[in-house]
Amino acid sequence: MLYRENGQFKTSYQADQQIFPIAQDRLGVLLLIAFAFVGVPFLVDEYMFRAILIPFLILSLASLGVNLLVGYCGQITLGAGAFMAVGAYAGYNFLIRVPDMPVLGAILLGGVSAAAVGIVFGVPSLRVRGLYLAVATLAAQFFWDWAFLRIKWFTNDSSSGSVSVANLDVFGVEISSPLSKYLFCLTVLVVLSLAAKNLVRATIGRQWMAIRDMDVAAAVIGIRPMYAKLTAFAVSSFYVGVAGALWGFVHLGSWEPAAFSVDRSFQLLFMVIIGGLGSIMGSFFGAAFIVILPIFLNQILPVFGAIFGVEISTATVSHFEIMIFGSLIVFFLIVEPHGLARLWSTGKEKLRLWPFPH
Amino acid sequence: MKQIRKLAIAASLAAALTGGLTVPQAFAQAKEQFFPILVYRTGAYAPNGVPWANGFIDYLKLTNAKGGINGIKLAFEECETGYATDRGVECYERLKGKHGGATAVQPLSTGITFALTEKAPGDKIPVITAGYGRSESQNGAVFGWNFPLIGTYWMGADVLVQHIAKKEGGFDKLKGKKIALVYHDSPYGKEPIALLQERAKMHGFDVQLLPVAHPGVEQKATWLQIRQNKPDYVFLWGWGVMNSTSIKEAQATGYPREKMYGVWWSGAEPDVKDVGEGAKGYNALAMQHGAEPNAKVIKDVLGMVHGKGQGTGPKEEVGQVLYMRGLISAMLQVEGVRKAQERYGKGKHITGEQMRWGLENLNLDQKTLDALGFAGVMRPVQTSCLDHMGSAWARVHTWDGKKWSFSSDWYQGDEKVLRPMVMLASGKYADEKKIKPRTPEDCKK
Amino acid sequence: MSFFIETLLGGLMTGMLYSLVALGFVLIYKASGVFNFAQGAMVLFAALAMARFAEWIPGWLGIESLFLANLIAIVITVGIMFVVAWLVERLALRHLVNQNEATLLMATLGITYVLDGVGQTLFGSDIYKIDVGMPKDPVIMFEALFQGGVLINKEDFIAAAIAAILVAALTLFFQKTPTGRALRAVADDHQAALSVGIPLDRIWVIVWCVAGITALVAGIIWGSKLGVQFSLSTVALRALPVVILGGLTSVPGAIIGGLIIGVGEKISEVYLGPYVGGGIEIWFAYMLALVFLLFRPQGLFGEKIIDRV
Repeated sequence: MLYRENGQFKTSYQADQQIFPIAQDRLGVLLLIAFAFVGVPFLVDEYMFRAILIPFLILSLASLGVNLLVGYCGQITLGAGAFMAVGAYAGYNFLIRVPDMPVLGAILLGGVSAAAVGIVFGVPSLRVRGLYLAVATLAAQFFWDWAFLRIKWFTNDSSSGSVSVANLDVFGVEISSPLSKYLFCLTVLVVLSLAAKNLVRATIGRQWMAIRDMDVAAAVIGIRPMYAKLTAFAVSSFYVGVAGALWGFVHLGSWEPAAFSVDRSFQLLFMVIIGGLGSIMGSFFGAAFIVILPIFLNQILPVFGAIFGVEISTATVSHFEIMIFGSLIVFFLIVEPHGLARLWSTGKEKLRLWPFPH
Repeated sequence: MKQIRKLAIAASLAAALTGGLTVPQAFAQAKEQFFPILVYRTGAYAPNGVPWANGFIDYLKLTNAKGGINGIKLAFEECETGYATDRGVECYERLKGKHGGATAVQPLSTGITFALTEKAPGDKIPVITAGYGRSESQNGAVFGWNFPLIGTYWMGADVLVQHIAKKEGGFDKLKGKKIALVYHDSPYGKEPIALLQERAKMHGFDVQLLPVAHPGVEQKATWLQIRQNKPDYVFLWGWGVMNSTSIKEAQATGYPREKMYGVWWSGAEPDVKDVGEGAKGYNALAMQHGAEPNAKVIKDVLGMVHGKGQGTGPKEEVGQVLYMRGLISAMLQVEGVRKAQERYGKGKHITGEQMRWGLENLNLDQKTLDALGFAGVMRPVQTSCLDHMGSAWARVHTWDGKKWSFSSDWYQGDEKVLRPMVMLASGKYADEKKIKPRTPEDCKK
Repeated sequence: MSFFIETLLGGLMTGMLYSLVALGFVLIYKASGVFNFAQGAMVLFAALAMARFAEWIPGWLGIESLFLANLIAIVITVGIMFVVAWLVERLALRHLVNQNEATLLMATLGITYVLDGVGQTLFGSDIYKIDVGMPKDPVIMFEALFQGGVLINKEDFIAAAIAAILVAALTLFFQKTPTGRALRAVADDHQAALSVGIPLDRIWVIVWCVAGITALVAGIIWGSKLGVQFSLSTVALRALPVVILGGLTSVPGAIIGGLIIGVGEKISEVYLGPYVGGGIEIWFAYMLALVFLLFRPQGLFGEKIIDRV
């Protein structure tokens, strides 16, 4: 009843092409953002901030980046973890080596460095496709894992090879309390998501989608595959790199290359596929699913055990955790291969027609 | 309609999710002291993580069976980290506020230690890293909340060098010798490099670095290089399945196991037991203790915990090397609480900040240790604000095909070598972080 | 010179193990178009089952003989791998027909998690040994030819022989038996195979089961050398460059690719590693595969990719 676009007439092309053409969507998103900024801080405790919300926001950003590449441009990547690492370590180097470098600047420059690296490792995509490309991107993953362990310059000659940052402040505001960290990540995420939403409906996004749907056909109608693919790699790596820098700077504070291991790459691809390929919204759903579900299972299983009067050992809990996690992934892929985002949009379709079935 | 139902299910699931996550944390109880325990009982490093955790918990149970710390019972809860940093951080956040607040935290992973080092000062919770973590955190003036009690990797590497120098007949005999370091390619494995290079400069031996990628199941190339270069000694800095793989590859390439020395994390039963005879002669550093089936504290555990059917793990592992490591880690934490109670009131709940004072003023002399049942297991530990390690004793033990037995006398890490390195590295850290080192006056507070 | 030969041999042996894992990938990809990331978990699962049953059986049945215990354990494990194959087909694959490659890849990752969890719950996560009586200590050979001789492990040769027998058996199975022919038909064209009455789902179960058996062989060889532990599942990551180098659909590709990667990896680590600090073998393998791919995007023996608009 409420969700209906009747009567919303568009009188200009601009109005027709805006990001959220339906008024209710606009309002909903605005309310959601407002709630995230104003409501959430009053509702949750420190644990939720530090252990759930901040990782969720940062990984949403990373999965958004991966989605731009995999979902919109059709290039499967298993090297996203490496680009996160590049973002984090490059940001770190900008921060400590350039005098008076603002934190935000270091984070963004981390993203830019990741973009540059992304272009280099995107070059094989011009020749190699599909699963072959996916495996080839693992080369980036392992190479950077190695480089950050071995090349001392990247870690400022620290004896152990791990680095840390402290005393973050952005425009004079100190980023140290959970709330300030949350708001900082949220701001970055909102800005960059809006940018992504815009990108994918602009020329470049349309080129990506054409390449995804069939690259030979796209080339025939005059889209340069090289330009399209490499920009996709660059933009995606930028997002992932910024997320990596946030992960290191804001979430961990001190990190080693293992924080961006190949498991992280798989995790990010999971988020995109579970969430929905080619959907900005899906990236968030996917990140929520992958970040929250294991922690939730880990905490709820002992509770279940207690209900039935059995004490489940820690080992069993985590074995069940991965088993249930794995089965749920398979289950979701079976019932909704297009991801949680598709569920969302079918839901919206139904809402539009409700209460009439047709 | 079907879709709507699906949505409704999804929504209720989401509600349950958030509900489950914000289950109110257990309320504070004054008569309990809470010990969070980060463990890994599953995954690549489980063979070594499990005995440590069991020893840790058994000691807490033993303390409770003996009536707690001046009447205060210990509460504890495990959380599985799987040796992954982000899960470790989540565990820490989950447990730190429970049961009236965590007393201290022991991450048992160098990666998690690094991350918690950033968080602990804000939360005022000491991070105890008995025998691991960053070596420069020995300097308590800079690392106010880190306690690498009774051993750091620099100290361990130093003792190993001393040991082979003694074998060779003096430090001057080390000149021209070749030592290969086979290490886990992570901050953990890289810790000893700085010290070995320092010592190499002093005595003129050669250090060859051979990294092994996580998790260390593929080491053929590493051992081929050892076969090519024929180093005089091999130091092994591994963890988990990497240790046994190294020993097996040494056997396959014919490198004498007698010339191999592991750090204390590479010298326990899971590392050698299925190699059996093949590992005969393999040496490892013992962080004070080795396998101690005859110690009094072990008899106590067997009697008062396992005897009552409350043992955490299998009975056979009680007294094994890693089990002892966990048990001693727990003991140090318990004694920290006891010390803090001396100052802040016996039979009172101790906060993290008070705990720090306790850990900083630990003074376990031989008599106290003997009374606790650690006679012959440990040497005295005395910490201070500037020295968060408290004891630099270690010895070497050797696998004879069936069990570990000591094969050397006690050594002590050389302060003259270690201290300048610790001061230099911690000074650099303080600069980077803009930390003002604590003065002796600050420490008294 | 003798050291070079040792490195080469070491590389070939490692490569052969990679080939065995890669073979599992190829078999399944050919028959069902699934890039089965769970192959590594299957190696682990099979090896764990084998190791544990070999340990338990003497106690259960009172058998003294090591050989008999191992044999029974192998038979039981093959049975278990069949059940796994059947379950995977029934519960997952059947419902995922016609999905895109990335979705299928992710589904097999889900299966990996399940297998890891079940394996550790049932069989534990310690280090277990598989004792099939392989000799452990090395021998020095060809001392007359080279100074110092060449150090060789008999174990490696036995392993190589077992692997060769397996490959020969698989070839026979594919070329000479009706089931094998059906398998090849399915690999060529699903629809055509269906139309001549080949039951697709049964074929899938068979092919997953065969992949399970190759996983078991790889697991036994690896496990008897280095022990069985959870980390074994990471060999899948080492075998991936092999698969793309050889071509996703080619059995000879998996074998030759494995040998190339194995040798390339060891030689690079031994001769190049010391100059850059070591630890380069993993990414070197991927880079090597990538270089081959730049020249042949479908792998050495893969089917040529033809684009039509």
